[in-house]
Amino acid sequence: MSGFGRIKRWIGDHLVMALGLLVLVYMFVPIAVVILMSFNDNSKSRNLYAFQNFTWNNWTGMCKPDGMCAAVGKSAEIGLLATIVATILGTLAAFAMVRHDFKGKSASNVIIFLPMASPEIVMGSSLLALFLSVGFSLGFWTIFIAHVMFCLSFVVVTVKARLTGLDSNLEQAAMDLYATESQTFWRVTFPLVLPGILGAALLSFSLSFDDFIITNLNAGQTTTFPMFVYGAAQRGVPMQVNVIGTIMFLISIAIVLGGEVNNRRKARALAA
Amino acid sequence: MAVQAPEAAPPPRAPAVRPRRKLTGYWLILPGALWLGLFFVVPFYSLLATSLYDPNGSVLGGYDMTYHFANFVDAIKDYWEPLLRSLGYAGIATLICLVLGYLLAYAIAFKGGRWRTLLLVLVIAPFFTSFLLRTLSWKLILADDGFVVDALQSVHILGADDRLLATPVAVIAGLTYNFLPFMVLPLYASLEKIDGRLIEAAGDLYASPVRAFFKVTWPLSLPGVVAGTLLTFIPAAGDYVNAQLLGNPNTRMAGNVIQDLFTKTSDYAAAGALSVILMLIIVGMVMAYVRTAGTEDLV
Repeated sequence: MSGFGRIKRWIGDHLVMALGLLVLVYMFVPIAVVILMSFNDNSKSRNLYAFQNFTWNNWTGMCKPDGMCAAVGKSAEIGLLATIVATILGTLAAFAMVRHDFKGKSASNVIIFLPMASPEIVMGSSLLALFLSVGFSLGFWTIFIAHVMFCLSFVVVTVKARLTGLDSNLEQAAMDLYATESQTFWRVTFPLVLPGILGAALLSFSLSFDDFIITNLNAGQTTTFPMFVYGAAQRGVPMQVNVIGTIMFLISIAIVLGGEVNNRRKARALAA
Repeated sequence: MAVQAPEAAPPPRAPAVRPRRKLTGYWLILPGALWLGLFFVVPFYSLLATSLYDPNGSVLGGYDMTYHFANFVDAIKDYWEPLLRSLGYAGIATLICLVLGYLLAYAIAFKGGRWRTLLLVLVIAPFFTSFLLRTLSWKLILADDGFVVDALQSVHILGADDRLLATPVAVIAGLTYNFLPFMVLPLYASLEKIDGRLIEAAGDLYASPVRAFFKVTWPLSLPGVVAGTLLTFIPAAGDYVNAQLLGNPNTRMAGNVIQDLFTKTSDYAAAGALSVILMLIIVGMVMAYVRTAGTEDLV
């Protein structure tokens, strides 16, 4: 290749990386704004959408806005319950899909895939139509039902990916060493799948905590955190919501990075 | 980690415990299937029924099932504009996402090296801040006295009195931003599987990098393109949060109308009809698209 071509190639190579990183930066701009605004003191001005003065007050007086922390609590409660149920049901289903053969498997596959490919507004309004027609009163439990429903598919897909990627030689070896089927499962299979299950649970919780469209249709008088933000957006958002946003972001980043560090340490321990 | 196209799973290998035709499989899938059946499949029937109610019903007086198919005609007549806007905005946002997402996925897959995992974590990191808060941030970024508007005004792309907030541009920008990760992940899953030697071979056979891209990389990444565009377009077409927070009354999308009909005016029959129409249009478009793209093994 000519020198000129090589230069062109070098630019081409690094251009792609630079543009890719630019896109990544773009994805983080709004998060930076959320973090910045959590330190914004807008008590002196009515302009809600500009940075005025630096303050710690939003962090120290986190729960000042009426009903906000109650809404956060409600979201956490629903998120936790929905995550536990969705993770259990989804993990069982993932094992069924990968490890067992049964009639209606491809139909199940379609039904598991569809909720991820349906617009939320349609799923939400369908559920609402169902609840209205059977006279189920809207509130905590209808939100819970909806959240388990849309988290389930994501759990199945995540756990399935982990399960199909599993090195089956390990299980074979356990069986060769006279482990019973249940010993093999609990000593070998389950620990290997566990990271996938935990990842699925984390994903479920953040999906549930963050959901607005389906929740808003099926919430009745219950207020979750996203509903609080949406309601407040009509009047003017209290700056404290950004504190909650920042905390959520930091916690999940810590969990993900913690998991990654743990993985690397394990990999190194195995290599040593 | 988050949204992976179903075909992204590695090829199946022979599991240690061979699949058995026993009842265990049924027992394992039953609870989940039951939940999805009761709260995902059955509701569609309820929605369909609701869309055929007598439009003169009310919350207090109850709704009569009159098989009022005219609800559909009325819904299209009254709300064709928001419907078209939903499809148009979502379509444009999907195209922009495809360009941006392809750049990012390509960069991570081919130039990421040992930073790949970290970069992927960064792609899904925005999911961990509330969707509504991120959308509200765009309100601030695109505000009339914000730096984006100032910058665009100083290079005369925007006139002195033009604004971004409360325009279709803001709504499309919001949609693009919010659904970009759904595009990047399946694209990455596809691109990552491509054997780099194929692209090198194209180069050895005197294909220019551009030609190699369009003849080798792009065709091989098509499953990811199809999955990514679907996962972006579908939620974007049903979204109403961006239109509500970043738009104005003239940028209302179908989702806004459905939401209002259900919760504000309690016009369940019309809301149901519009919801069914939106779903049918999306299913129709998806099927046509998947057929032309030739990846029928998507599900």
